[in-house]
Amino acid sequence: MADFLTVLSEYDIAGAYWVNLKLTFFAGLFALVLGTILAMFRISPIPSLNLAGTAYVNILRNTPLTIIIVFGLAVLWPVLRVEFSEVFTVNFFWLGVVGLTVYHAAFFCEALRSGINTVPVGQAEAARAIGLPFLDSARLVIFPQAFRGAIAPLGNVVIALIKNTTVVAAGSVSEIATLMREMIENESNYVYPIFLTVAVGFVIIVVPVGMLATYLSRRLAVSR
Amino acid sequence: MSVEDVTPVTDAPVGRGAGDSTREPLIVLSGVQKHFGDLHVLRDIELTVHKGEVVVVLGPSGSGKSTLCRAINRLEPIDEGEITLDGVSLPLEGKALARLRADVGMVFQSFNLFAHKTILENITLGPIKVKKTKPAEAKERAMALLERVGVANQANKLPAQLSGGQQQRVAIARALAMQPKAILFDEPTSALDPEMVNEVLDVMISLAKEGMTMIVVTHEMGFARKAADRVIFMSDGQIVEEAGPEEFFTNPRSDRAKDFLGKILTH
Repeated sequence: MADFLTVLSEYDIAGAYWVNLKLTFFAGLFALVLGTILAMFRISPIPSLNLAGTAYVNILRNTPLTIIIVFGLAVLWPVLRVEFSEVFTVNFFWLGVVGLTVYHAAFFCEALRSGINTVPVGQAEAARAIGLPFLDSARLVIFPQAFRGAIAPLGNVVIALIKNTTVVAAGSVSEIATLMREMIENESNYVYPIFLTVAVGFVIIVVPVGMLATYLSRRLAVSR
Repeated sequence: MSVEDVTPVTDAPVGRGAGDSTREPLIVLSGVQKHFGDLHVLRDIELTVHKGEVVVVLGPSGSGKSTLCRAINRLEPIDEGEITLDGVSLPLEGKALARLRADVGMVFQSFNLFAHKTILENITLGPIKVKKTKPAEAKERAMALLERVGVANQANKLPAQLSGGQQQRVAIARALAMQPKAILFDEPTSALDPEMVNEVLDVMISLAKEGMTMIVVTHEMGFARKAADRVIFMSDGQIVEEAGPEEFFTNPRSDRAKDFLGKILTH
C-alpha cells in the first residue's frame, strides 16, 4: 500500500483532474449558451429556424463523441486551419472544448426543451397578450421558468459531460484518462489500484453534482 | 339541426351602447373564417364593437366563442376575413402585432399570471418592457391598480400563494396596466370556486361602468344582465343571435338560443 502511494505521488493526478474540470467548465458554459440558442430556434415561430435547430440536434446527438473529437484533431486543425494557440497542448485543449461543446449543446438543448414543456402554454400566451415580442417572451417569461424546470435533466447532462471529458484523450489532451494510460503502462504492478483511484476520483466529483442538481431542482421549482 | 335553419336573427339591440351609431367602432370583424382541421370553428363572423361597449358572448361549449375572443388579438390566427382594431388591420406577426396586442388586454380562464414573478412584477413587466415606462412610475401605477382590485397587500407574493379570485383580479390589473383600448375576457370566472366568482365580477362591472370596452365570454348570466350592452349568442361557430340583454333573456328569437337558455335557466 505504501509503495502504491509512493507511485501515486510521482504523478500529477490532481493536475490531470484539474484539466478535466476545466474542460467541463468551458465546454459546459459554451454548450449551455449554444444549447439555449438551439432551444430558442426549436420553439421559435420561424420554420427555417425550427428546421435548423432540429437538424443540428439530431445530427450532433447521434454522432459518437470520439468521432467529433477526432474530427477536431484531424480535420478542424490540420485541414481547416482552426488553431487556438501555437502551443500544441493549449491548442488541443481548446479543440477538445469545441468538440465537447458542439456535442453537448444538443443535449443541453433537449434538456431545456423538457424544461420548456413544464411551462404551461398559457404563460407564453399571457406574455404575447401584453405585447411582448417573441424574444422578450422567451427571455423574460418562458426560459426563466424552463431553466428551473430543467435543472434535473441539465444536471444529468453536466454529469455526462464531466465523464465525457475523458474522451478528449483521443484528441491528445493530457487529462486523467491519458494519465491513467501512462500510469498503467509504467506501473504494471498496480493496474487495479490505479484504475480504482481514477474511478473513485470521478465518483467524488460526480456525486455532489447529482446531489446539487436534486437539491436545486426542488429548491427552485416554480410553484403553480 | 342543419345549418340552414339558423339564419342569424339580428335585432336592433336595446342595450346602453349597442348599435349606437354615434360611437366609433373599435373592433371590427368581417367575413372571419377559421378551421381546426375539418372543424369549421368560426363561420362568416361579422361583428362590430364600439368604443365603451360591453359585449357578452354566450353559447354552448364548442360554439367557437373562446376562439372568437382569442382571434381578436391573434392568439388564434384566422383563415379568412379581416379583423381591425381602431381602424388598423391586424398585422400578421412580429413587432407590429406585438404593439397591437399591447393595446388589447386579455384575461384568461386560467389566470396565467407569470408563475416565477411576484404579483407586483406581473403587473409592471408589460409597462416596463413594452411601454418603456420608468420602473418607479410603473410600480407606483401598479400599486394603485392593485389597490383598486383589492389585492395591494399581496404585492410581494408569488401567484401560487394567492386564491383563484385574487389571481384573477391581479390578471385584470395586469391587463389594465397596459392602458388598453379594450379588454378581452375569456371565461374569466369558469375556473373559480363559486365563492370567488363575485369578487371578480364586481371588478368587471366597475370597469364596465367606467366605460372600458369589453368583450366577455362567460356563463355568468347575472353579469350579462347587469353589465352587457349587447349579448351575442354563438352556436356551431356562427353568431346566431345578437340583442340587448333583456331582450335576449326574455325573448330569444332563435330556437338554439331558446334551447340554450332553457337548459341553463331552469335550475
